[in-house]
Amino acid sequence: MRGIRPLAVLGALAVALTGCGPGWGHDPDLPHIAIVSKGFQHQFWQAVKRGAEEEAERRGAGVTFMGPPTEQDVEAQLNMLTNAIARQPDAIGLAALDSRATEPLLRQAEEAGIPVIAFDSGVDSEIPRTTVATDNRAAAALAAEHLAGLLGGTGTVGLVVHDQTSGSGVDRRDGFLDWMRANAPGITVLDPQYGGGDQLVSADITKAVLAANPDLDGLYASNEGSAVGVLRGVAESGHEDLVVVGFDSGRAQLDAVRDGTLAGAVTQDPIDMGRRLVLAGLAAMDGEELPATVDTGFHWYDARTVDDPALAGVLYQ
Amino acid sequence: MTATDTTDTVDHPARRGGLAGAARARLQQLLALASLLVIGAFFSVASPFFLTYGNFTAILFSTVVIGTLAVGTTLVIVSGGIDLSLGTGMALCAVVAGVLMVDLGLPLAVGVPAAILFGGLIGLVNGLNVTLLGIPPFIATLAMMLVAGGLALVLSNSAPIYFTDVPGYLDISTGNLVPGVDFPNAVLILLVAAVVAGLVLSRTVLGRHTYSVGSNEAATALSGVDVRRVKIAVYVLAGLFTGLAGILISARLGSAQPATGMGYELQAIAAVVIGGTSLSGGRGSVVGTLIGALIISVLNNGLQIMSIPQEWQNVILGCVILVAVYADMLRRRRRG
Repeated sequence: MRGIRPLAVLGALAVALTGCGPGWGHDPDLPHIAIVSKGFQHQFWQAVKRGAEEEAERRGAGVTFMGPPTEQDVEAQLNMLTNAIARQPDAIGLAALDSRATEPLLRQAEEAGIPVIAFDSGVDSEIPRTTVATDNRAAAALAAEHLAGLLGGTGTVGLVVHDQTSGSGVDRRDGFLDWMRANAPGITVLDPQYGGGDQLVSADITKAVLAANPDLDGLYASNEGSAVGVLRGVAESGHEDLVVVGFDSGRAQLDAVRDGTLAGAVTQDPIDMGRRLVLAGLAAMDGEELPATVDTGFHWYDARTVDDPALAGVLYQ
Repeated sequence: MTATDTTDTVDHPARRGGLAGAARARLQQLLALASLLVIGAFFSVASPFFLTYGNFTAILFSTVVIGTLAVGTTLVIVSGGIDLSLGTGMALCAVVAGVLMVDLGLPLAVGVPAAILFGGLIGLVNGLNVTLLGIPPFIATLAMMLVAGGLALVLSNSAPIYFTDVPGYLDISTGNLVPGVDFPNAVLILLVAAVVAGLVLSRTVLGRHTYSVGSNEAATALSGVDVRRVKIAVYVLAGLFTGLAGILISARLGSAQPATGMGYELQAIAAVVIGGTSLSGGRGSVVGTLIGALIISVLNNGLQIMSIPQEWQNVILGCVILVAVYADMLRRRRRG
């Protein structure tokens, strides 16, 4: 009967899948860390994945890495976390999109005796054994220090920040403002503007700031989307002698640093984040005490250092 | 479930093959069910973690939102229409629930029905746009997808609304009807919703007219049926299910996430198609849709439990959809 044919195709698919099985998946004899991230295909998360896989390989462990298609897909992330717990890994790494929605599943993991390591941003819960993340305040202070240095300690600067509610947005804003207030009395800082990390919105904001402050000397952008938007806004409004510093990397920012339109940027170290996540997971499954937070480092790069092999690992395209 | 024998209640005139037709309809549903069982059996052998009670409820729980949307939109698709506003419409209904119960402090008994009715209102607008204005369903509901997604952001100030202070709200999805037995209420609600949709489609005049409009709109109109009223009714029903999905997702997450929902409509449509409902209308069943939704969540769950790299999970899911549609085409070719 011809109706059977689709079933046969499905069967063939299943057989093919079994054939691929051993090459895929993870070795069941190794300690296994299931990582549930905030995203998957973005360069930042791929770099975290790479760092985690490299470290796991070195330590004789196995990792699996999954994440929802967008950072709005809270439900998809919950399903992934549910499935990760069902697989009974030895530890779980979690970058929660919404801490509160995650809480019941965290309790489930705790009951199952699976230690949880938070990464990228903290989780509002007692359950994670530690949080592996960038110290965004310190990183933003480094950006402020470089901007002040480039301006010789005098002038007026503006901020285009990606978000005023998330932890990373607040920390990257306040780290910058606090450093300027404490160390750069000659620099006037305008009120922060928020562009949602959207390139076009950030570009429009930048043009408005420049229209209102024609004598502006410098701009700081708090993430990749904001920085690309600021650069676009500066270019469209024809200001040439403005000093712009950015955050994170990505192709557009790297190119802008090379051609001089971006003076430099602070980048997080997602590969190091992946590595330290695995180390924390292995330590947690051995019952070791962990510090409340693990700082995964950040680096300043500019035209001189952008192609330095030492930074190749942290600058993602 | 009563909807088992609904497929092909009415079909192209050339196809009213009596017993043979009914047998083929059953065969299609059996095929979908058999696929589900084959996939399930495969994962049971492949991973020791798949066939456990905890994982069984996890799969059902993860089917709830897409399943509810898919069940509702089955009616629209059987009538020959399409609804792309399901996903963001769901987010908007969740936000409306949040505004009513969190911001305005209305009780659960008012807020929940109001949010579901709001979904019906979205459906009514879709239905009127399609019938009175004559806008093709694809365009009308695409526009509504954008409007609803935007309104969800406007009403919520682009921030999640948390239901922490609404007593009992989270239990709608995560509670258990029988205390101590781990079986989420949301799954029961999906089953009840599916029975209702199945009954509407198989046991009511509206259901018969829906099949009829989907298979031959002109002939149905000539036979004296008010086609416009049928179409408006199916969009309103789909909208009510969208509202219900909005309640279920926000009760599970503990918050209304205004930016979520985009893409859910395509997953729901995929579930409908895998379940054997024809995108050109006139044919399909709610039971098939449920099986289709289950196939998607079993695949997602099983592939993740087997630690298949995420890139490949979508490849495999896509292949399954191709196989399902291919099966549908084979049946139609046979018929012609």
